[in-house]
Amino acid sequence: MFCDRCGNQAAEGDHTACAAARELEPPRFCPECRRRMKVQVVPTGWTASCVEHGTRTA
Amino acid sequence: MSEILDRARSQVLNDGVGLDEAQILEVLRLPDDALPELLQLAHDVRMKWCGPEVEVEGIVSLKTGGCPEDCHFCSQSGLFASPVRSVWLDIPSLVEAAKQTAATGATEFCIVAAVRGPDQRLMTQMREGVKAIKAEVDIQVAASLGMLTQEQVDDLVDMGVHRYNHNLETCQSHFPHVVTTHTWEERWGTLKMVRDSGMEVCCGGILGLGETLEQRAEFAAQLAELDPHEVPMNFLNPRPGTPLGDQPVVEGKDALRAIAAFRLAMPRTILRFAGGREITLGDLGTRDGLLGGINAVIVGNYLTTLGRPATSDLELLQDLKMPVKALSATI
Repeated sequence: MFCDRCGNQAAEGDHTACAAARELEPPRFCPECRRRMKVQVVPTGWTASCVEHGTRTA
Repeated sequence: MSEILDRARSQVLNDGVGLDEAQILEVLRLPDDALPELLQLAHDVRMKWCGPEVEVEGIVSLKTGGCPEDCHFCSQSGLFASPVRSVWLDIPSLVEAAKQTAATGATEFCIVAAVRGPDQRLMTQMREGVKAIKAEVDIQVAASLGMLTQEQVDDLVDMGVHRYNHNLETCQSHFPHVVTTHTWEERWGTLKMVRDSGMEVCCGGILGLGETLEQRAEFAAQLAELDPHEVPMNFLNPRPGTPLGDQPVVEGKDALRAIAAFRLAMPRTILRFAGGREITLGDLGTRDGLLGGINAVIVGNYLTTLGRPATSDLELLQDLKMPVKALSATI
């Protein structure tokens, strides 16, 4: 699994800062394959799509 | 009581004449213990010359990423190793975003595209999008599409876009350190065309781009010379992969001093809290800013980052007894 903010291995290194930043950011990397996702932010949410692993929303 | 605040009280609060560049710099250099008095004066100026209403706006990115320009703060430049990918918003989603914005009580909905200037595809998308929004949503439509030709200015007027955003971003002397693919003067040229067209001019920038206090004062004075209808104040939220990705964020007290200084430079403008305030100021600072010169907010999310929930800002406005400006008051 990968960090959805920085794209590095989630189990390696410290991702505390990534987790904090994600409070005010949508994900950018697919946590399953680390591909950069297509992300659309709208006033009340976001949609992030990976070509392989589908779409996540919030 | 400081001398500059005495002069500002007479000149700005009583007479409605904004501070000049040297005076703005004096305000930016005020010590921390003068901050409460400064914020109170800026609030008094805002209440006298603008009134208690707060203009609420939502924004959305119609075309994200892949921009050919090199604005050093921007994650949407195609020239940096930013994780932001290019994506277009379709018309039904654009209309839905406008509906979500209107549901918060907002009167403004700004459609933004990450481009040097619009091409034919983008102008066509804008025409269809603005038409669809106007057919379904009771909200004013603004646009931010980069640098324009006169023909494009005329087209936007024809579409019914009532306000155009084009930020100068920083002062003229610092701009070449922030953007190299176009000039400050090119941006100024678009703003002049927009002004002459009758559209309202929205022009602000970002604090924390490495500018000095002198350059911050220069920027406020240059904006005052432009005399825009609205000035959005952003605070740098350093984005991974951009040249300014490691820049420190603006200190909260410096941000509040800047808000008050910009208000004292432009007593009648709409001074809007925009991106980065959550990081620079947090909840308490947002309240202080609204009591220190700010009279407009962007609610909800930004273009590529997330904001506070709109309900948090609306509850704060209610708590501060600041009414949201009604749509009828903006037309």
